[in-house]
Amino acid sequence: MANVTFRIWRGDKESGEFQEYQTVVTEGMVVLDAVHQIQAESANDLAVRWNCKAGKCGSCSAEVNGMPKLMCMTRLSDLDLDRPVTIEPMRAFPLMKDLVTDVSHNYRAKQKIKPFKPRKPDNADGSWNMAQEDVERVQEFRKCIECYLCQDVCHVLRDHHKHDEFIGPRFFVYNAALEMHPLDEEDRVEDLKKSQGIGYCNITKCCTKVCPEHITITDNAIIPLKERVVDRYYDPVKMVLYKLMGPKKKKS
Amino acid sequence: MTQFETVEHDVLVIGAGGAGLRAAIEASAQGVSVGLVCKSLLGKAHTVMAEGGMAAALANVDERDSWKTHFADTMRGGYYINNWRMAQLHAQQAPDRVRELEAWGAVFDRTQNGKIMQRNFGGHAHPRLAHVGDRTGLEMIRTLQDHGIHQGIDVHMECTVSSLIKDGPRAVGAFGYTRELGKFKLFKAKAIVMATGGIGRAYKITSNSWEYTGDGQALAYHAGADLIDMEFVQFHPTGMVWPPSVRGILVTEGVRGEGGILKNSSGKRFMFDDIPDNYRSSTADTPEEGWKYVAKTDANARRPPELLTRDHVARCILKEVKEGRGSPHGGAFLDIAWIKEKISKSEAHIKKKLPSMYHQFKELAGIDITKEPMEVGPTTHYVMGGIRVNGESQMSTVPGLFAAGECAAGLHGANRLGGNSLSDLIVFGKLAGEHAAKFAKENSSIHIDNELVDQACQEALAPLDSPAGSQANNAYEIQYELQDLMQDNVGIIRNEDDILKAVDGVEKLKKRATTVHAPGNRQYNPGWHTALDLKNLLLVSEAVARSAVVRKESRGAHTRDDFPEKDDNFSHVNTVLRKQDDGNMQVVQEEIPPIPDELQQIIEDNK
Repeated sequence: MANVTFRIWRGDKESGEFQEYQTVVTEGMVVLDAVHQIQAESANDLAVRWNCKAGKCGSCSAEVNGMPKLMCMTRLSDLDLDRPVTIEPMRAFPLMKDLVTDVSHNYRAKQKIKPFKPRKPDNADGSWNMAQEDVERVQEFRKCIECYLCQDVCHVLRDHHKHDEFIGPRFFVYNAALEMHPLDEEDRVEDLKKSQGIGYCNITKCCTKVCPEHITITDNAIIPLKERVVDRYYDPVKMVLYKLMGPKKKKS
Repeated sequence: MTQFETVEHDVLVIGAGGAGLRAAIEASAQGVSVGLVCKSLLGKAHTVMAEGGMAAALANVDERDSWKTHFADTMRGGYYINNWRMAQLHAQQAPDRVRELEAWGAVFDRTQNGKIMQRNFGGHAHPRLAHVGDRTGLEMIRTLQDHGIHQGIDVHMECTVSSLIKDGPRAVGAFGYTRELGKFKLFKAKAIVMATGGIGRAYKITSNSWEYTGDGQALAYHAGADLIDMEFVQFHPTGMVWPPSVRGILVTEGVRGEGGILKNSSGKRFMFDDIPDNYRSSTADTPEEGWKYVAKTDANARRPPELLTRDHVARCILKEVKEGRGSPHGGAFLDIAWIKEKISKSEAHIKKKLPSMYHQFKELAGIDITKEPMEVGPTTHYVMGGIRVNGESQMSTVPGLFAAGECAAGLHGANRLGGNSLSDLIVFGKLAGEHAAKFAKENSSIHIDNELVDQACQEALAPLDSPAGSQANNAYEIQYELQDLMQDNVGIIRNEDDILKAVDGVEKLKKRATTVHAPGNRQYNPGWHTALDLKNLLLVSEAVARSAVVRKESRGAHTRDDFPEKDDNFSHVNTVLRKQDDGNMQVVQEEIPPIPDELQQIIEDNK
């Protein structure tokens, strides 16, 4: 049991500032517990998003002592409680209020990506056969809980505000999940290059570092997609072949 | 009059978890305009937390499986007070619904020959749960979301419905507020589908997310719909118990499906000590036989007692704790690490099969489940009761108002089998969407009385308008008191005195709730939202307690120590709740329609 000071960002679109709150911390508490306690005790109208409190829904993303984190999975015992704990909203998105940001960019970005288009079913009952080792690659990407911490930390969005030209790491992972799906026959390479801005990513791997699901975003998703773009648009032999033969059907 | 925006849809779906999304997709496919309202951001609903899998008799792993066996298992698990028509449709249609998810991009784990993998779960005779590790709910909601966003559905995110609007007997609209700015919205709709989930936040220890405040049940009840079976609240046997802040978070039944065993403080595997008669012939005699079942090395092996139904396992754990044989923090030990005695590379196997459990215990409790046992105890998980619906159409007793998923009742009877909820969502989500669309086409013109809208406005504003000061009540405080009241008095083991204490306590809290004051303004104000949700929580708590009083027997999830046995007087009745004209809650017991002979025969054949 210890009385701990929290510095929490309070404000809206127009203005805001850190406010200090004290609350009693007990064993095993996570940052979100402290925020809830403060909300119930002394700041009923403190805005915060959360749903599951179990690291599965990806709602409670924020910056804790400057690091993008899920508040529900950040244990207070891992922080230095002798100094105030700073909690602020994700900075890559416009603020709504307090710890809540406008993440609609992410929904717009996903809408732009061509949906799943499966090949014809393998069996009469409409089902397909796939080997476990073939689906594992995609299953890694499908672990994503859409917390948008990777988007928050990506300098193309955070510092350069390229929200209109660049979909961000989360949606390269989403593209990769579709492109590498054993059944999918859609072609998303042109979009990746032209409207989704994959060229802006210079592989600093910040996104991979903050992913709470430990998805190897850069190495397993972004780089293979960049290679597909390079193959089509910058490899002279493959470029000619592509012009002659059109997009290659994926192997079934 | 306070300003509000009016939005019109043919079909309005309230709630965007598995059932709501599936309903919206189906209604849209029927060619009507569809609006989908969700309290949170799209894709964050409680469905993401489902872990183990969805039950469907695909017969990919054990070819003896069929819809008939699934039907019989569901009825037995529900102690035969299920809506038998729903249990039948569910068992028959679940396989198609699962295959449909695959066609929309879901990536299930695979069998050796490339088909959808299925795992063992409590109460299911065969390995039946299609799954993706232990994050099946996430796979379902993401698949439906990613498919749904291309179907022309209008999504109203972070919008909470606070009342339903009726025109005569028919539901024709919903009134709500947006979280961000607190703006009011009136949704006019020819048909409405409730898909708002459960009521877990009425209890202190729960696996449910904040959204589970019984909104759908309460809104439908106030609109005149019957609620049934509200006494049946499922306490999942395995929630985390330590540290305190994570108490209640779910530990998937999949742990036991993969071979996890329950032990008490002296290391004894206590589940072998108490096996109910109706499951004796299908339960293993020895640990060795149980392992053979889990490992699928012997097709004739019977399941280990850890895979008995949830109500039973929860009571057994509670008994160990009460009799002083619990774990240090008041639970039992759940051990999956022991399988290292049986298989090589068990650590990698556990991480592969139960990745989020590994992650959850590592991050939140500092426990490595591949090496040491977990401490687990019962947690409020699911409500079998809810809005009474027609088994075919999913329409409630209010014309134009449909319900699907956890907020609807009937499929699960007195106790739900694990894995039957995810399949419930997609089977009945689809049916509700289909029939709501049909209703909307057949019943076009609607009229909304402005006075009703004005009243809804005032009710929504009351916590902000009510005076602050010493008489004012804090919504959070009342919510915490309610959670303690329900946990202590209408929990796993109940009796008349305790339940009446809860009924009385809820009445007192209801009075205090009328003077709740929420400080601040309408802009993203959780204090205000909590005050509005509180009304629903109080209503469903009253519903659970009043229903629990009248079922003077123990059946499924409803256990009374003053009536410890099943009683035939209650074996063919539903408890029905109805709002009376004076505003009071009427409780009656009604006979369940007789089951057709051919379905009864299926039950007998599978006994």
